[in-house]
Amino acid sequence: MKIPSPAGWAESSGRTVSWWLLGPGLLWMGLLFFVPLCLVVVISFAGRGTYGGIVWSFSLTNYLDLLHPLYARILGQSILMAAGTTLLCLIMGFPLAYYIARAAPGRQRIWLLLVMIPFWTNFLVRTYAWMFILRTEGLLNTLLLKLGLIAAPIELLYSNTAVVIGLVYGYLPFMVLPLYVALERMDRTLVEAAWDLYATRWAVFWRIILPLTRPGVIAGCLLVFIPSLGAFLTPDLLGGARSMMIGNLIQHEFLVARDWPLGAAISCVLMLCVVGMMSWSLRTAKPLSQREHES
Amino acid sequence: MVDQPTSIDIASLVKRHGATLAVDHVSLSVRRGEFFSLLGPSGAGKTSVLRMIAGFETPDEGTIRIDGRSMEAVPPNRRPVNLVFQSYALFPHLTVAENVAFGPRMQGAPRGEITSRVRVALDMVKLTSKEERLPAQLSGGEQQRVALARALVNRPAVLLLDEPLSALDQQLRQEMQVELKSIQERAGCTFVCVTHHQEEALTMSDRVAVMHQGRVLQIGSPQDLYESPTTAFVARFIGVSNELRGIVRRIDGDRALVQSPDLTGEIRIVLPIHTPVREGSAVTVLLRPERLRLSTEARGLSGEQSLAASVDKVLYSGSDRHYMVRLGERLVWNVRVPNDESGRNGLVRGNAIHVRWQVSDAVVLIE
Repeated sequence: MKIPSPAGWAESSGRTVSWWLLGPGLLWMGLLFFVPLCLVVVISFAGRGTYGGIVWSFSLTNYLDLLHPLYARILGQSILMAAGTTLLCLIMGFPLAYYIARAAPGRQRIWLLLVMIPFWTNFLVRTYAWMFILRTEGLLNTLLLKLGLIAAPIELLYSNTAVVIGLVYGYLPFMVLPLYVALERMDRTLVEAAWDLYATRWAVFWRIILPLTRPGVIAGCLLVFIPSLGAFLTPDLLGGARSMMIGNLIQHEFLVARDWPLGAAISCVLMLCVVGMMSWSLRTAKPLSQREHES
Repeated sequence: MVDQPTSIDIASLVKRHGATLAVDHVSLSVRRGEFFSLLGPSGAGKTSVLRMIAGFETPDEGTIRIDGRSMEAVPPNRRPVNLVFQSYALFPHLTVAENVAFGPRMQGAPRGEITSRVRVALDMVKLTSKEERLPAQLSGGEQQRVALARALVNRPAVLLLDEPLSALDQQLRQEMQVELKSIQERAGCTFVCVTHHQEEALTMSDRVAVMHQGRVLQIGSPQDLYESPTTAFVARFIGVSNELRGIVRRIDGDRALVQSPDLTGEIRIVLPIHTPVREGSAVTVLLRPERLRLSTEARGLSGEQSLAASVDKVLYSGSDRHYMVRLGERLVWNVRVPNDESGRNGLVRGNAIHVRWQVSDAVVLIE
């Protein structure tokens, strides 16, 4: 009996094999992600029943309702807070990732482990911990009072500041990891070469390190911005009545107001925002070699 | 070449990596406009010296002066030197012209001046037609030229080259040896080059410092190093050399008779002037393969020394034949005979012959 070589086997039935590999994942995502997604889109055009049900009719009412200044304000505030979170993560994550990438290989592994350790604990528990820290009579205020740095406790919890603190805390690892990968891959002699060619440390950063790690920067920003924009747990626990984010709004419409069509419409708008930003950034993050052919 | 001012002055430079001395009290001075090479096997400390001149490493002891100015605590971006990296380290996101313009731009040169200087530099390395390419679109040889232009455009006092030709293939490497030398002459700039390739160092350099285990063993012109090595290491590292260890038995004017346990007879050698050799001194006699001749006659001309031997092996290398000849139980020498007489097959294994050389061609090292 003739046994085909692995290469021959892959070649002869390559098409069949790849479909089988795709199968389970495709089925899972199709049934549990794509179909519900379509449902959300369909519902967003439907109407709301008196007692919270869905009335199957077609109208643009839900989207027109979203033009109300209140929703625009919440969407705007969410984008602002997500952007602020992303910026803070970038500012704090870049030096950290740079430090890790330049450490000895053994040390790198330890640092990366430390960056990921928070994931071993449930996010909800960690957010509750932040409530204890930020409370008026919490850890932070007690410490600052003891040190005599403040005269009276500062109101931190239930504010936009608290939400951003919580979001930055939660998503910093998502910024650090792609930045680390990009920095670790960067040829270090390029930094030396720039330095040798009279560049100051700032010039080395802006002209060499940042352009060369841009894909990592963009990946990190997306990984922080997207979940921050849709976050609902952190603003729910740490934010006050005025710091509602779009995630809370969606949650509110679905679970409290029982206005599924409106919630679906908000979800669709949010998704469009995210998809738009992603496609824009993916185009900017394209490797140099590919961009060359376009220009 | 005598009264040229000093470009780089290095005094008892020391660099430790942990417990080992990577650079062990290195002192040397490079003259202005000179092509100077640091030659040695890997781990000799030559790259460390270069990186300390560039400012990437800080010496543990000793001083580096460039054009009379101490380089202590001067960061790389303030030193009048530029380094051509072994990997070229071209900025992959910048075009050839932008790469070359990087240095002048960082120094704040006016835009118009940058353009003309970039053009002159690219012209010098013959790359004007590829200004808008990205480094990845160039061949290895072209990338090397960009790296050279990027450094030369700054008109540095000293150009440092770290194994400049190691990434090129054999043929390109030989072309670039000639090219580098002529670029250096055109630019009129001091070149300090680190290499482990002895042929490269000899061809390109005005002077060479041979390094081994962190120390400088000998500094001299390529001819000095080849003709009069002062240590067996230098003799072995530069070219091939036949060695004979022995004891001086008798001194007769400027000649000495050396007896070796590897030989039955004695050999006569001419002692270099001022050699502190006495009867009973242990010496190593060195002879270059191309200074030896093979002959069927035992008796040579006057001033010649002759030893009986037998052909052990013949290696044909095109322009030459290398004969491995056995002079004793443990003594095999390499004799290089140019292939200048066509049709002659020469000798074969087992032939009894005589190895002859001018007595004055032997180099004597005292142990």
